[in-house]
Amino acid sequence: MEPEHLDRPTEAAPVVHLRGAVALLGRFPALAGVDLDVDRRRIVLLRGPNGAGKTTLLRALAGLVPVTSGEAVVLGVDLVTDRRAVRHRVGLLAHATGLYDELTVADNVRFWSRAARAEAADVEAAMARLGLDGRLRDVSVGRLSTGQRRRTSLACLVARRPELWLLDEPHAGLDQDGRDIVDALVRDATRAGATVILSSHELDRSLDLADEVVTIAGGLAHREPRPRPSRSSATPGGPTSEAMS
Amino acid sequence: MIHDALLVAGKDLRLELRSRVALNQIVPFALLVLVLFAFALDPDRGLLEAATPGLYWVAVLFSGLLALQRSFSVEAADGNHDALRLSGLDPAGIFLGKVLAVSVQLLVLEVLLAVGVAVLYSTHLGGWPLLLVTVVVATTCIAAAGTLYGVVAAGLRVRETLLPLLLLPVLAPVLIGSTRAFEAALGGTPSEGWPWVGLMSVFALLYIVAGVLGFGPLLEEA
Repeated sequence: MEPEHLDRPTEAAPVVHLRGAVALLGRFPALAGVDLDVDRRRIVLLRGPNGAGKTTLLRALAGLVPVTSGEAVVLGVDLVTDRRAVRHRVGLLAHATGLYDELTVADNVRFWSRAARAEAADVEAAMARLGLDGRLRDVSVGRLSTGQRRRTSLACLVARRPELWLLDEPHAGLDQDGRDIVDALVRDATRAGATVILSSHELDRSLDLADEVVTIAGGLAHREPRPRPSRSSATPGGPTSEAMS
Repeated sequence: MIHDALLVAGKDLRLELRSRVALNQIVPFALLVLVLFAFALDPDRGLLEAATPGLYWVAVLFSGLLALQRSFSVEAADGNHDALRLSGLDPAGIFLGKVLAVSVQLLVLEVLLAVGVAVLYSTHLGGWPLLLVTVVVATTCIAAAGTLYGVVAAGLRVRETLLPLLLLPVLAPVLIGSTRAFEAALGGTPSEGWPWVGLMSVFALLYIVAGVLGFGPLLEEA
């Protein structure tokens, strides 16, 4: 039987709904039956040791890794039957930057944004927000530092205005200023109606940012008590339901 | 689909303009192949003249392989393949964009090689309508088939060596057709060349239809 919210994304329906979701890397079950519900406008922190399945979970939610069994619905799209359909609505910041070294910062941001049918104004705004609107905009990405490349990747994501942000170690490689920008972007995105799921080993900063904390271990997800009330529940008109099952 | 194709083609051509790989490496390689053929066959000038159409297209094929490998190596770097899948671009548009970008690069290369055979082999270029149509159709065949097989090989560690093994047998009919058409054009008997152009047009259509339909699933598997 189909989940009742399937293909009917509403404000009340969870943005992410997983039940017994299994994803295989080769023959290894990187996700071994994950249960997870995430409501709109929430910030969920995934934590866990290396190899626990955090990155695989993010990639599965982005529709890059197939969910082979169980239920997996993201933004109303059933990933088991059509995982491609959700891709243009999510933004994934992965370890790899997805940038072309020979192209400039502006070329890269423009290309990936136009691919997502983003507005030109959003492209410029995203570069300005990430501090890439000065002399850096015409520098080849291959000549940038790790942190600057990360900022460029983030600008590509921001310009796309995704409904679901999937951030894999978003603070990695960034300086203090860059980390503050990431945190501000995440908060602004949820205020604008997006949902954010991030994995991080930098718990001090990420715990302060997150509404929910989920530990991933052995390919399973375990909900943890929240250290503070969610911002969403305090927002007039915002969702108030429990985000994690 | 057209928007996506033009976007991808523009990006690939901008990458080439910035990196100048084709200009600095592929064009010299192609000209070197022509020079080596000239060295090998020069003692028999008649044989060189007779073999010019075939040598020209062999040089185009070898050089085209480099352009095709370059077209996919840029997507293999630093997560670009995943970014393409997430981009929302229509896979058919990606395919057509890559075909267009490779075709433009090959056409430039073919013009330079034509100058090369005229100078090195003393070939008198004639029968222009047939020559030009042959170049366009054969280039479309090479770019379309190469892009289709390029994405098959893209996800494999042995892609650099696998692509020629996959592609060259598939392009054998194109090599034969384009060589025969060139022979007819240069020999002053263009009517004998047009049937070969027709045959290559069928191949080009087949490769494009196969690419438009199959590129998406192949991109997923790569």
